Amino acid sequence: MTIALQTSHLVKRFGGLTATNDVSINIEAGARHALIGPNGAGKTTLINLLTGILQPTSGSILLNGVDVTTVSPQKRVRLGMVRTFQINQLFPDLTPLETVGLAISERHGDGADFWRVAGTKPGINSEIADILDRFRLADVMNTRTGILPYGKQRLLEIAVAIACRPKVLLLDEPAAGVPDEERHEILASIAALPKDVTVVLIEHDMDIVFAFSEKISVLVNGGLFVEGSAAEVARDPRVKAVYLGESLDA
Amino acid sequence: MSDPTPTAKLAAAGVLARARWHPFEFVFWILAFSSIWLLPNKHLILTEVAWLALFALSLDLILGYAGILSLGHAAFFGVGSYAAALLAKHGLVTEPVFGLIGAGLIAAVVGFATSFLMLRGADLTRLMVSLGVALVLRELANQFGGLTGGADGLQGVTMEPILGRFRFDMFGHNGYVYCLIVLFVLFLMARRLMASPFGLSLLAIKGNPLRARAIGIGVDARLVAVYTIAAFYAGVAGGLLAQTTAFSSLDVFSFDRSADLLLVLIIGGVGYLYGGLIGAVIFKVMQDYLAQLTPQYWPFWIGLVLVVLVLVGRDRVTRWTGPVRALAARLDWRAKRQPS
Repeated sequence: MTIALQTSHLVKRFGGLTATNDVSINIEAGARHALIGPNGAGKTTLINLLTGILQPTSGSILLNGVDVTTVSPQKRVRLGMVRTFQINQLFPDLTPLETVGLAISERHGDGADFWRVAGTKPGINSEIADILDRFRLADVMNTRTGILPYGKQRLLEIAVAIACRPKVLLLDEPAAGVPDEERHEILASIAALPKDVTVVLIEHDMDIVFAFSEKISVLVNGGLFVEGSAAEVARDPRVKAVYLGESLDA
Repeated sequence: MSDPTPTAKLAAAGVLARARWHPFEFVFWILAFSSIWLLPNKHLILTEVAWLALFALSLDLILGYAGILSLGHAAFFGVGSYAAALLAKHGLVTEPVFGLIGAGLIAAVVGFATSFLMLRGADLTRLMVSLGVALVLRELANQFGGLTGGADGLQGVTMEPILGRFRFDMFGHNGYVYCLIVLFVLFLMARRLMASPFGLSLLAIKGNPLRARAIGIGVDARLVAVYTIAAFYAGVAGGLLAQTTAFSSLDVFSFDRSADLLLVLIIGGVGYLYGGLIGAVIFKVMQDYLAQLTPQYWPFWIGLVLVVLVLVGRDRVTRWTGPVRALAARLDWRAKRQPS
């Protein structure tokens, strides 16, 4: 199996606080890998290190064998590492159509094109339409994102990331805050992600974690605590003790 | 290629929405150009409206589209103004159109150089940096009196006829037509620019720079680009002032000018390109009318209008004009083909 994303001895210190402590993770290409841990375990810091928002104190990050430790966030996106956000980070003045179109243009390297009317490039409309259909956004494609219902915004959050055609997709609590009746739409869209996309799921909801992931890494106090298949982690008494507690017995 | 799906057809139509011309836009430009014949004795003030509109359009490009707040936009206006006047005075570029392009390019170079300062920090930082740049340039113009004429202004500028044919007459007829055409051409370019993927990416950056980076947009490079373009526009606006008055003075760099500009844009509304144009008309007409009414106190009334405007809120004004816009939408035959 080839490794899509690899961190080795990744450390991030904020002054005296070690937020990420010697984390070495290997994520296989095409894997469905969950990253869990109690609040303050360093999940968000780890994502920010992976996507380049933060620079590590030491250690390195390899994306498909390429060292991206010092590469800028937008360059990492072009290399195939894309994330979604726990709290929607969308463009309120653009429509879903424009948002997805923009992400596709950027991937094609046409985003700085200033003398062509957006949407006139051959083929782009069918590509946009395909993504809007997959994420059930076709009926609201011309509505300003700022006034879309929350569930639709949540779908758009993932759709935008998919439009970047990721090799490694980091999903940060994709179903956070979504009411139960709209939840299945989000989960169905995650389950339908192409098999060749490596998916890293950062999640609190154990139902989603166990329904979705084959492998789980547990972070505690910034360090890698336990790693293994979903079944192993579920059975591990140490994990139960520090983190999962009652939720597994239910 | 297979046939496009229904969604693809919808997408193909919807994606062009921003580029489509609204009927109001035709009305606006027909009115603007008919003023050449309908208001022949108002051409001097209309000339001021035209360059102010272009100047405000320039600010709208960075504020309304990229979200960069500036209180020193007069810096580029001033550079353009002195550049146009100096190019003409020293006979370097005597033909006004080329002189104007030169003035814009020189302002763009200054804009490019200072854009990197604007990348740092948030609104307040940018506000202060832009203000500082304008102050520095003003003092430079003051210090190099040998070149710029210092506090007396740059005297002795003579303008050649436009394209070698149309002389700047004392009633400002040719000057106005010239300014209006320049405004129209640069407006069309701005419109095209903002309907492009580049324009969309600016709106994205304004809305959410974090996510813009996360979909691979090189945020800093885009901001540098739009700031440079806006400086070109402001430089051309300043050049128009210098060419139509055959004069340039330190006042082109003044803080008042930058602050008034922000007023103009806020009166007209940001982020739809016409805001600066409409704001310039309202501002100049109001200034002209109120100055005749109460020569000393006209800023009082402008201030009052501004306070009322902010208190009432643009939303309500939009609601008041709703029926008119609904009528226009019904008359728009192209809109009927668009499923809303």
